[in-house]
Amino acid sequence: MNGLDLTRVKPYGDTMNDGMMQFSFTLPIPCNEESKEAAKQLLIKMGIEEPQVVSAQDLGVGYTFFIMYGKCAHTIDYTQIEVPKVDSDVMDKYQVEAFIEEHIKRDVVIVGACTGTDAHTVGIDAIMNMKGYDGHYGLERYHGIKAYNLGAQVPNEDLVAKAIELGADAIIVSQIVTQKDVHIPNMTELIELLESEGIREKIIVCAGGPRISYELAKELGYDAGFGTGTYAEDVASFIVQALAKK
Amino acid sequence: MTSKLNLDFSIVEKARHSARVIAEDTQTFIDRHTTVAVERTVVRLLGVDGIDEIERPLPNVVVDNIKKGGGLAEGAAFWMGNAMVHLGKGAQEIAEGISRNEIDLTTLPVQASEKIEAIIEAEAEKTVARIKANREQREHFIRTVGEGPKPYLYVIVATGNIYEDVLQAQAAARQGADIIAVIRTTAQSLLDYVPYGATTEGFGGTYATQENFRIMRTALDEVGTEVGRYIRLCNYCSGLCMPEIAAMGAIERLDVMLNDALYGILFRDINMQRTLVDQYFSRIINGFAGIIINTGEDNYLTTSDAIEEAHTVLASQFINEQFALLAGLPEEQMGLGHAFEMSPDIEDGFLLELSQAQMTREIFPKAPLKYMPPTKFMTGNIFKGHLQDALFNVVSIMTNQGLQLLGMPTEAIHTPLLQDRALSIENAKYIFNNLRHFGDEIEFKKDGMIQMRAQSVLKEAADLLGEIEHIGIMATIEQGKFADVTRKMDGGKGLDGVTQKGSRYFNPFISMMLGGK
Repeated sequence: MNGLDLTRVKPYGDTMNDGMMQFSFTLPIPCNEESKEAAKQLLIKMGIEEPQVVSAQDLGVGYTFFIMYGKCAHTIDYTQIEVPKVDSDVMDKYQVEAFIEEHIKRDVVIVGACTGTDAHTVGIDAIMNMKGYDGHYGLERYHGIKAYNLGAQVPNEDLVAKAIELGADAIIVSQIVTQKDVHIPNMTELIELLESEGIREKIIVCAGGPRISYELAKELGYDAGFGTGTYAEDVASFIVQALAKK
Repeated sequence: MTSKLNLDFSIVEKARHSARVIAEDTQTFIDRHTTVAVERTVVRLLGVDGIDEIERPLPNVVVDNIKKGGGLAEGAAFWMGNAMVHLGKGAQEIAEGISRNEIDLTTLPVQASEKIEAIIEAEAEKTVARIKANREQREHFIRTVGEGPKPYLYVIVATGNIYEDVLQAQAAARQGADIIAVIRTTAQSLLDYVPYGATTEGFGGTYATQENFRIMRTALDEVGTEVGRYIRLCNYCSGLCMPEIAAMGAIERLDVMLNDALYGILFRDINMQRTLVDQYFSRIINGFAGIIINTGEDNYLTTSDAIEEAHTVLASQFINEQFALLAGLPEEQMGLGHAFEMSPDIEDGFLLELSQAQMTREIFPKAPLKYMPPTKFMTGNIFKGHLQDALFNVVSIMTNQGLQLLGMPTEAIHTPLLQDRALSIENAKYIFNNLRHFGDEIEFKKDGMIQMRAQSVLKEAADLLGEIEHIGIMATIEQGKFADVTRKMDGGKGLDGVTQKGSRYFNPFISMMLGGK
């Protein structure tokens, strides 16, 4: 056929299996013939054949920015890939509302926050605020959901206290800007707090953010994790279905 | 000036008048109050610096001592002056004595008020003279070495390590940047003290400390001399230590400060009484030090819709302008903020952005407007992001913005890598050079989409200001009219640091700096 072998997949440039890849990176050495050669050798070590430097630019402090192309020698067996995912069905806002009415028969209380040192509310706002994001209404607009957005830089202690006070069914945590992996200890701390309060099993706990995956969240003791491209209905669908199973 | 947008300037005047009434109304509240942050600032300006053995900054040690003794209402100048007269010691020596529990300010016998005022005035004059000299040094540098053309290219560094920041800042200056902002470590705005010394650990930014200011200032003067342009240094005069950061910046010759009257209330949940009092003194200092302030209206659009809520940005700019004028900060130092934050999927979105940027330009003709790049709709597709930033740069050069905070293709992914900043500077330099006088060559169609958009935003802003004029700024914030955020009069952080001024209260720096040259 066209030469595609799903057990041996390679990057595609303009011809099947050409392996073409694009690179851009900086080396902390001056811009000269030697550094260009160094950049090529680096790509060869990475398994890139025929590396080409298409641009090399001095960045002003004796460092060089390279743009390069090369052909990847490696292949991947796509048929053997397994990725854990949220296994509930995704419903739209109206289906979620109908589901609550039919199966839960009371208001679902969801408390959300951007926790720890993170000051970026864009994620939690996109999921929770009335307006939502990109035409997808936020949880505040859902009938049958009482949504409380606590905002940014909320200490885990405060979040847990608020969840207890409001009798929350679910806690959702956003982590956006998370230098030096500070989101990992922060997310772990929340689970530990819930456990020490003896309420971990009573509350559904989800996390979201650009560096959060379902797998990572599960590993840290969460019920689910949501990455980029998640809308309110994805989160709501998971929560109401998990709640119905409790 | 002829308006390209055919704006009705009687509406502008009406809006400005409403904002004036709003600010003056709030000022009567501000004038009656002081805060722990204001008093720590007075202590700093009296020359107190350093930390005690458990790393508490001495300005905190002094003001905590006064507060514990129930003397906050009289202010730090009164108690420090009283101690200086009574003990015959300098301010620093007294602060150190308090830290060793050898001096308790409010238990000392009260001296004659003329003596207290005289000794404080003499001390205050030294710092004021130093800040004035800094201002002259900046002006001298710009006169003799030069500066880049507007819009100034404004980039951030945020490594957490001041020495790594220096490397990135110097690289950026050599690539063409005019302003370097050192992003603060996350959550510094919520600390009720300013950390001390050079720091190498921070999350998402670097601690604002006086020593870090000094290190970066030296580095930028050095690279500025080399590239033949004065490189401005920017930091964040916001949060619970707003006026203290202003004082440190004035002493270390910073040039630009984020300094919004409402930002901390809305986005950091700092108590509104605290912020309103703090912003006043911080702006007096910034005004006197020749520092350009940046206001934070751009942030409204990260939580609210850029089309529906455009008028709230304009309304807030009017209010920020009036608060700044009351603090003696001239229009030439008002970097009023706005942003290019519409969804890229909107048909003719560019026309609307262009209209709003031009409108802001015409309504605040002398202000070095701070224009913020797209952030909310940056996706991780760095190639598309680079194009969004390009359109943002086009609007800026067409409408003569003042401070261009460069968008990064990797916005929404990580704090900028060295190469990200280089690509963004290249993008802006290319567009600014290639379109330098484009704005001078074009007019907008009468009653076309661009004109109509600006006229309607102006009208809505004037109506909103009319409403706020009736209910006051505090009630307006309580009702969530800005950025869809609701804050209560007695809510938020830092309220316990606010107090009414007592009869013996005085702050010598207000009269020395307000509107002074």
